[in-house]
Amino acid sequence: MIAGDASTLLEVRGLTASVAGVPILKGIDFTVKAGEVHAIMGPNGSGKSTFSKLLAGHPAYTVSAGEVLFQGANLLDLEPEERARAGVFLGFQYPVEIPGVTNASFLRMAYNTVQTARGKDELDPLEFDDFVRGTMKLLEMDPVFLDRSVNVGFSGGEKKRNEVLQMALLEPKLAILDETDSGLDIDALRIVAHGVNALHTKDNAVVLVTHYQRLLNYIVPDYVHVMEGGRIVKTGGKELAQELEARGYDWIAKAA
Amino acid sequence: MSELIQRNPLADLLQGRAQYPEPASDGLKQLRARALERANALTVPTTRDEDWRFTDLAPLFKSSYQPVRDALAMDVSQMTQFLVPEAVARLVFVDGHYAPVLSRVTDLPKGFSIGRPTDALGSIAPFESDPFVALNTSFLRDAAVIRADRNVECAAPIHVLFVSTQQGGASYPRMFVSAATGARVTVIEDHVSLTPGAVLVDVVTEIEVDSNACVCHIKLQRQPTTQFHIGHLSVRLAQDAHFASHSVTLGARLSRNNLHVSQMGTGAQCTLGGLALLNGRQHADTHSTMDHAQPHGQSEQMHRCIVDGAARAVFSGKIFVRAGAQRTNASQQSRNLLLSERARVDTKPQLEIYADDVKCAHGATVGQLEADELFYLRSRGLSELVARSLLTYAFAAEVIERIPVKSIVQRLEDDILQRTLVGASA
Repeated sequence: MIAGDASTLLEVRGLTASVAGVPILKGIDFTVKAGEVHAIMGPNGSGKSTFSKLLAGHPAYTVSAGEVLFQGANLLDLEPEERARAGVFLGFQYPVEIPGVTNASFLRMAYNTVQTARGKDELDPLEFDDFVRGTMKLLEMDPVFLDRSVNVGFSGGEKKRNEVLQMALLEPKLAILDETDSGLDIDALRIVAHGVNALHTKDNAVVLVTHYQRLLNYIVPDYVHVMEGGRIVKTGGKELAQELEARGYDWIAKAA
Repeated sequence: MSELIQRNPLADLLQGRAQYPEPASDGLKQLRARALERANALTVPTTRDEDWRFTDLAPLFKSSYQPVRDALAMDVSQMTQFLVPEAVARLVFVDGHYAPVLSRVTDLPKGFSIGRPTDALGSIAPFESDPFVALNTSFLRDAAVIRADRNVECAAPIHVLFVSTQQGGASYPRMFVSAATGARVTVIEDHVSLTPGAVLVDVVTEIEVDSNACVCHIKLQRQPTTQFHIGHLSVRLAQDAHFASHSVTLGARLSRNNLHVSQMGTGAQCTLGGLALLNGRQHADTHSTMDHAQPHGQSEQMHRCIVDGAARAVFSGKIFVRAGAQRTNASQQSRNLLLSERARVDTKPQLEIYADDVKCAHGATVGQLEADELFYLRSRGLSELVARSLLTYAFAAEVIERIPVKSIVQRLEDDILQRTLVGASA
């Protein structure tokens, strides 16, 4: 939803960044306001994933120019955990497996850490159990996933649902979902999309990073951006995604 | 080399043996005498010996150790911190000597017995070629002898607690476990200390598992990091016998675990789990030999080391498949996590196969915490310290969670999380 008086959540200006000396992002301008849904599309290697991870604070990337403001403050000054507490969330393309740590205790630790940082009350294990089970219903997730080790033995679709569950618990202002649709069958896609839509309000924003238009049938973006060679080369409305689906990416590269 | 070792350090350790109490039976007295003779003939291994290439015993012999002749009178309350609530029986040895007052064996189920040392000692762990087994045997007096009769079962573990109390003391604990056909038993071999001072523990454990019997051996070595621990575990498996080993090394300045498992009957199975968690200047060495001597045997070994500070871990694991041991299925995995620049691991998996229809796999990895894993946890709001600690714990979890005694699992979990949280902040 686009609202004229919405506050700006994220403002990226002239961002260039490299990994191990290789330039990946070559001047990105990108603004997200509260209430909006953005989709970033583009071919493999265009810099989409790098951009998402950089926003969440991955240490592998070095920013060489430009700035990133989150709610008016310099995001690049913050450690990854500080960004999470401030309300930035990254849904991972490849969620990490942590054997020996139950999902329930991991989710509770994350939830309580973020709650405390925001000056809210922690939940004890019993309270949290009730709370998380309620949230899992939204994602049609079986509570057995609470007792398993984090992401261990989860299918691709289960891992992605677990990511959206974390998003639901941490209540971010800005949720960046990196290829959340990859590895999902059509039912799982529908459920995950339903969850994201249910969590979306006029006060927060969602950035979907995706290859395919498919996800955007379920989560309708206000803006579609095409990334190519480390730049955003075209921005349009949701109809741009359909055009990309029909014509591929080549015509944009030629036009740009 | 003009600075050859001028005296045999083993001879130093043997001093004071004359005043050491004798065992009751003539058979054992003779065994002791033979072992003494052998100990006098053997020398302490150096890093020029292939089996000791990575472990220098010099720190051990910087000071001298006197055999502790008698158990100090102690109160059960001093043991409270070490107890395992699930245990059905507890045998306590103070500096190697049996302490009946501190032990509790009355609740053992029918068919299980705790005995005095028997002539069977030494039958599974020969002392001829190993100076520390010879040394231990030459001081033979008390032993934890646990027997399970045919087809008896006990789900609750038997806890054997070896406590050292004397700074500068050397103790020679001894354990013997025998499970008759179809019996099932779990024993915990637990090494702790009430003195923070330097101590030498030289322990020998022998386990015989008869056909279809099942023995689970849990070894906890949680001595202070000023101390020395040399452990020898020999296991003999008959037909279709099962053996599970879980060995956790947390303590000692320098420790060595020798593990020798022989599958002497067909269809024997074993799982061997090992974990060493080291920091500071600790050094822990595990040498294992898995001897498949008969067909259709299985073994699965998983050894993990987590090394911080300037500590060093060594793992040398040999899988030996003899001619005729067809259809053996053996696997061995050595995984190591280095938490500091100065930490070091030497790992040496070895396969020696003389049969042609077998399945053997081994692998070794040495690595650090993955940046992507740390980032994942931090992106959920957890501090770097907590993230490191959780991932370190996760690395150990696969070994720990297999231990079938809940309170031990819990204690190790708490211990590791606490150690890593404190360790990383220091």
